[in-house]
Amino acid sequence: MRITREEVLQIAALARLALTDAEIALFQEQLTAILDYAASLQRLETKAIPPTTTVLPLHTALREDIPGQTLPQAEALGNAPHTQAGYFLVPQILLKEQL
Amino acid sequence: MTSPADLTIHEAAMLLDEGALTSVALTEAVLERILTMDSAVHAYLTLTPETALEQAAQADVVRASGESLPLLGIPLALKDNLSTRGIPTSCGSRILEGYVPPFDATVVRRLKSAGAVLLGKTNLDEFAMGSSTENSAFFPTRNPWCLERVPGGSSGGSAAAVAAGEALAALGSDTGGSVRQPAAFCGLVGLRPTYGRCSRYGLVAFASSLDQVGLLARDVSDAALLLSVIAGYDARDSTSLPQASFDGAAIPRRNDLRGLRVGVLADYEGVGVQPAVKQAVLAAVATLADLGAELLDVQLPHSEFAFAVYYLIAPAEASANLARFDGLRYGYCAEAGTLEELYRRTRGEGFGTEVKRRLMLGTYALRAGYYEAYYIKAQQARTLIRQDFEAAFAQVDIIVGPTSPVTAFRLGERVADPLQMYLADIFTLPQALAGLPALSLPCGFDEQGLPIGLQLTAPALEEACLSQVAYAYEQATSWHTRRPNLI
Repeated sequence: MRITREEVLQIAALARLALTDAEIALFQEQLTAILDYAASLQRLETKAIPPTTTVLPLHTALREDIPGQTLPQAEALGNAPHTQAGYFLVPQILLKEQL
Repeated sequence: MTSPADLTIHEAAMLLDEGALTSVALTEAVLERILTMDSAVHAYLTLTPETALEQAAQADVVRASGESLPLLGIPLALKDNLSTRGIPTSCGSRILEGYVPPFDATVVRRLKSAGAVLLGKTNLDEFAMGSSTENSAFFPTRNPWCLERVPGGSSGGSAAAVAAGEALAALGSDTGGSVRQPAAFCGLVGLRPTYGRCSRYGLVAFASSLDQVGLLARDVSDAALLLSVIAGYDARDSTSLPQASFDGAAIPRRNDLRGLRVGVLADYEGVGVQPAVKQAVLAAVATLADLGAELLDVQLPHSEFAFAVYYLIAPAEASANLARFDGLRYGYCAEAGTLEELYRRTRGEGFGTEVKRRLMLGTYALRAGYYEAYYIKAQQARTLIRQDFEAAFAQVDIIVGPTSPVTAFRLGERVADPLQMYLADIFTLPQALAGLPALSLPCGFDEQGLPIGLQLTAPALEEACLSQVAYAYEQATSWHTRRPNLI
């Protein structure tokens, strides 16, 4: 099954990836080849087989709800490219008329 | 013996205890080796010689006071996807360039508590996605056995460092073979522990249901010692096993394997196994029989699907895990007018080609309308792969086969064809999908003098059995004593 250029663009949008034209062409070819190979799974009869989401016995890991040490604000923000007044700074999300 | 840098951990520890060597002298010898070799090998992304020498001096003081710790004064390296407080952790990616974690991974904390000297952070395929370390955003690492060849991957920097005497041992991570395959390519012992044995807290996530911290060492005793230090339950990792701790010193050493049932993988015809690899593995199996083991043929009929299963599940999990790299909280940030554009450009410019390829693949597999056909189907096939091992381990105690179908290939040889590159992992994927412990150890050399790895696989939490068998084989052979001819 051939992946179309439009599908590559749709997936890139979902994955929040800006791709160059060369990458779009490359991934169109390579995703087609890899997914063709993956299609071999369709030969397996799996109707009665439960999926494995984890190899561990399923359980919920619980612990006592005790306050521990947290990072000081300066350290938590220390790696951020842009901060302001103790917050992570992002480009404006809502326009004035949307408020 | 030319330099203390070539010692095993247990050899060095004996000299340190006798007072014939100090940790400072040992660390200086390793730093000297790094200075002369790493401009050719390129194993390290970040070196911390000052703190290493401070830790070594401290270790000498502690030892003089009569205190004993399992790794006191031993210089080790860490793969650069393990978080280190105050030391850059890049995952081999531009998107994390300059990122300095405010915390240590649990396994790093455990090494420090055991008295280890930490030399620096080693190169890897970006976010551990690759089999050659050529996908590092910074530079490829070279194989100390032949500088035109890759060290394997993704823990290629850790493997090359240990093989070149640039560390006595190192930690790596294994998602689909990333510790075992570089161990095979570099003539080392590489161990992927049982899923849940070692805490993943602070290991930058790639595929959470598969990722496991692993180790690279010069012999089986060192591997068992290191595992004893890094294994253990951790409340900070919800997939940590309550019975995770491991005591290598408590395992009786055996020089024969009487009573052991060894399953020999019979069905790897047609996978393109290099003749020298096949011969070496057959000879190793004969050695196990000479040691008294009973040989039985085993089949893992669904292993042929492991590749397709892995390359759907791992990218799907990666596409969720790597969503955190948004340019806002750490790492690289592109200039953009809108938030959507900032995300797209930061990730488009910050991630390399292999990472983007896998994020695309994973996003495709998880997309509405395709989820059942790809992701659920792969998870069902994963169950069949696990059931194959359960059936095999009803008959045998351990399974033996090659680690990699080939020895170290040349740089650039497989970059253009990702499918061929992925197929090199065919023997290491099933254990990862089943969460089982597996160990690679040297079992010979090909006609070009390149190391060959033998892979042993055990049931969950049977690392003791793995090390017993590996130790007995190691005692009966001398492959592990060979070192590359460094220029």
